[in-house]
Amino acid sequence: MTATALPTTTAPVQRGVPALGGFSLTFLQLETRRLLRNRRTLVFSLVMPPAFFFLFGGSAQSGESAGRGNVSAYIMISLMVYGAMLATTSAGASVAVERAQGWSRQLRLTPLDPVAYMATKALSALVLGAMSIATVMVAGAVGGASMPAWAWVVAALVAWVGAMVFAAFGLFMGYLLPSENVMQLLGPALALLAFLGGLFVPLDLLGSTFRSIAQFTPAYGVGALARLPLTGDPMSWGALANVVVWTAVFVTGAVLRFRRDTARV
Amino acid sequence: MTSLQVDASPSRTTVARGTPSRTVAAELRGLVKRFGGVTAVDGLDLTVTQGEVVAFLGPNGAGKTTTIDMLLGLSTPDSGSVQVFGTGPRQAVAEGRVSAVMQSGGLLRDLTVAETLRLTACLFSHTRSVTEVLERAGITSIADRRVGKCSGGQQQRVRFAMALLPDPDLIVLDEPTTGMDVEGRRDFWNAMHADATRGRTVVFATHYLEEADAYADRIVLVSGGRVVADGTPAEIKAMSAGRLVTATWPGAGTGEALQLRALPGVEDVELRGETVLVRAADSDAVARHLLTHTPAHDLQVTSRGLEDAFIALTGHPHTTPDTVDLTGATR
Repeated sequence: MTATALPTTTAPVQRGVPALGGFSLTFLQLETRRLLRNRRTLVFSLVMPPAFFFLFGGSAQSGESAGRGNVSAYIMISLMVYGAMLATTSAGASVAVERAQGWSRQLRLTPLDPVAYMATKALSALVLGAMSIATVMVAGAVGGASMPAWAWVVAALVAWVGAMVFAAFGLFMGYLLPSENVMQLLGPALALLAFLGGLFVPLDLLGSTFRSIAQFTPAYGVGALARLPLTGDPMSWGALANVVVWTAVFVTGAVLRFRRDTARV
Repeated sequence: MTSLQVDASPSRTTVARGTPSRTVAAELRGLVKRFGGVTAVDGLDLTVTQGEVVAFLGPNGAGKTTTIDMLLGLSTPDSGSVQVFGTGPRQAVAEGRVSAVMQSGGLLRDLTVAETLRLTACLFSHTRSVTEVLERAGITSIADRRVGKCSGGQQQRVRFAMALLPDPDLIVLDEPTTGMDVEGRRDFWNAMHADATRGRTVVFATHYLEEADAYADRIVLVSGGRVVADGTPAEIKAMSAGRLVTATWPGAGTGEALQLRALPGVEDVELRGETVLVRAADSDAVARHLLTHTPAHDLQVTSRGLEDAFIALTGHPHTTPDTVDLTGATR
């Protein structure tokens, strides 16, 4: 590369404060690219969920009918929710790494508004969540999941929008835990929440006491709502309340921790 | 223009600057910052005018980084005020009028150099082009390298390129060459200097005397969270142009020390056991007085350098990895 002499006097750049608190699609795109570069995040979000489908969705009874489709579709929906959970949590929790590396502090030397930062984090989490859901759907299509076309679309959309709970959960944990390896803690925690939320084993198969407790855990609501298109059950307002309340709890937690984080320096 | 004022306290000398009529880039007034019981910054006043290259020089723990954090709006003072180009520091940062190169951290290892700059650029409303700042910081050749794979010196130039993006009127550098080898420090300052010729205001914190001397046109010496001396490198050196007279004086006490202090040209008197140390502009007069009017003996006269000014004014011995013979300015 040839070194070109730079002009010694150039017109000064214009001054101004960016619109939308510094939110930009370039930022979102680079954030998403960073997520896809992280091998652990990739395995968690895009490899494990479809692999689980092939492990559990291809068993003997998977061809049996369930609601408007088959058991295989039921398992696929559960794993779409699980995959989106993992993807959005790891994306949100990446703030822990950024805090540890001093990047959050560096961003405070730019016009970026903290709200725009958190919005970008949440959106990149949803992009990764969508990719995770798509991989599970491909696995489902290949592995024999069957239900009406509209049910595929609605179940996927509900799993995706509901993953907002876990984007907020990830952000909260990212601000709560000081570790660079926050996902080593959160991976097992998510598996437990997925189990309690009935994503691995239908809660009907478990004891009634256990079931009534499980209904109040954060993965239950989104799982129950995402299965409605398949099962044809009536709308569950309790499940919807579960999603709304847990999202509010995690967003509040993240905002409170975030305030403390910036006030500390 | 500038006037030399010697204040009443025997060990502290202040060169007070006259007030120039140029634009004020940064104004710090009565800044105080405490962390628990520790007062990191203790009533610091500083005015930086546009176009100045100011070295913020002081030993570790002098309050340099704490002051810079407040100048950038990263933390708020317990009392006092910070104005950057007539507004608050957060507003100045948001408008891109002030930017900074921090000591460490602040980079994402999984992005490339060019991506880091593109990301930073997209957060501002107007910036220089990424290509231009890569060139100015001398890192065009490593644009596609992951930040995590860059050396410490290269990472520091990435931070410098990031700071250049908004084309700031004031650039603040917090110990920018800490941990770099001699060559890395020289390269960094060459890049910095090539840019600073464009009339940008620069404030840099350092504990390297040579850096302050070589690159600043004004040195602000801080110690204990206060400004203890402020002037051009030449003025700061002039403060230490005097000599150090050392003698053994058994039984010398505070009374004797005060007598010495009263001699013309004496700046400071220190007693260490039986040894008396006198810093004075006129060492001959002190030596004559000691040998003829007192029982002092074993008299020694040594010249002082910037190192001694540093010790005298900050009360800290100055240490750098590549400066030998730190205390002995004996010639």
